[in-house]
Amino acid sequence: MKIRQIGALAAASVLALSLAACGDSAKDGGSGGGGGGGSFKIGIKFDQPGLGLKEGNDYTGFDVDVAKYVAKELGHDEGDIQWVQAPSAQRETLLKTGQVNMILATYSITDKRKADVSFAGPYFIAGQDLLVRADDSSITGPDSLTGKKLCSVTGSTSAQKVKDKYPGVQLQEFGTYSECVAALVAKGVDALTTDNTILAGYAAQDQYKGKLKVVGKPFSEERYGVGIKKGDVELCKKIDDALTKMVDSGEWQKAVDANLGPAGFQVDKALNPPKPDPCS
Amino acid sequence: MGDILSTYGPDILRAFWWTIKLSFFGGLGALVLGTIAAVMRVSPVAVMRFIGTSYVNIFRNTPLTLLMVMSVLGITYILGVSLSQDITQNAIRWAIVVIAVYHGAFVCEAIRSGVNTVPAGQAEAARSVGLTFGQTMREVILPQAFRGSIAPLGSVLIALIKNTTVAAVIVSAEAASLMQKIIENEGGSFAIFAIFALGFVILTLPLGVGFTSLSRRLAVKR
Repeated sequence: MKIRQIGALAAASVLALSLAACGDSAKDGGSGGGGGGGSFKIGIKFDQPGLGLKEGNDYTGFDVDVAKYVAKELGHDEGDIQWVQAPSAQRETLLKTGQVNMILATYSITDKRKADVSFAGPYFIAGQDLLVRADDSSITGPDSLTGKKLCSVTGSTSAQKVKDKYPGVQLQEFGTYSECVAALVAKGVDALTTDNTILAGYAAQDQYKGKLKVVGKPFSEERYGVGIKKGDVELCKKIDDALTKMVDSGEWQKAVDANLGPAGFQVDKALNPPKPDPCS
Repeated sequence: MGDILSTYGPDILRAFWWTIKLSFFGGLGALVLGTIAAVMRVSPVAVMRFIGTSYVNIFRNTPLTLLMVMSVLGITYILGVSLSQDITQNAIRWAIVVIAVYHGAFVCEAIRSGVNTVPAGQAEAARSVGLTFGQTMREVILPQAFRGSIAPLGSVLIALIKNTTVAAVIVSAEAASLMQKIIENEGGSFAIFAIFALGFVILTLPLGVGFTSLSRRLAVKR
């Protein structure tokens, strides 16, 4: 009997502790959202070279550079930024619960997502493309894929699109793009498909330099926006202003060249840099 | 919740059917491998014991994700050993093999604990009436060991069913990968989590109850 009571007590105290922890984090999110004091929390990818990559305590990539610029325009200097990892599946939740103030994590603007969050921007128009080995000239676009082995990430939009549109393709799905790149270099698969920005980031990595190339025939349009809490028009407008200023000042082009340029990636000039959508 | 069910209902059923298939074949393989390993671990031959022990120590609690990725990425794409020409089939077969090999180590330990419930005197008696080691295991020890290890085997099976979700890192047929797909399309929500959590509860809860009552009914009364 005594043991059971002690057990119940322990369980109750653990429960209380976890509740307390929840309360704390909610409060932090609230004060951060106010703009003054506290730190400005930005959600990015931690594992996407060229876009959002965490190496030790350094954060690099195009998303990171844009985020820094926007944050500065909003009045938060670099030391005030707290980077938060925003995996694809958690982005809506992070914004809804106020755990981040904004998200720049290859976050495509879609109508379904607009039901949960609001978007500022877009700040970049990417497209689904193919990454192949540099010496492979047999794949020139999505139509020459029949019979080839293609790799993408489980459940991703890119993987679904390939399955629907090109049923003659054999598709290997892995948990992350890094595994696809490893399989591609080892000649296990013939191509890797996802947004061209992500592909360019991998092709630009030191260990793959010269071994991989982006085909350059995008077959979809992904409009990367800045995810913010639903209905925050004021913040949306401020971010749009900051993005416009970034493009006008040439900083935007600099960020593209620095992060995606090394792989010989060409930005689609007809679409980029994009004009921000009206805020709602 | 309703709109997700109406859009993805058939997909969800198909995905859970794949989860069941992975669990069934993986569980079958694990039972066979685990039994062999358990027999090796209690055999009188030192080399066999060493092999059995090494197998358990290597595979028990090696990260399952690592084994999954290693199988398809390492063995198929880098070393070139395929289990099927078709990419999807290959990944599914590897997933079954990895689930079997990984859980075989746990099955081995469960059965070995069952062997320990059989009094040593029975093995000695069996040997003294002239049964070989194989006959002793088959006729005397293992039947009692299995009955004694039903409860831990049930726990291993339940863990195995839940661990099939790890296969999502190499295949896209079973429940966890469909969940990723739905979250990608619809945005993360509690409803999606609830649907899949409920699916696994439906799969595992009756098993837990069933194994508990089986273990009570079949236990060797001593």
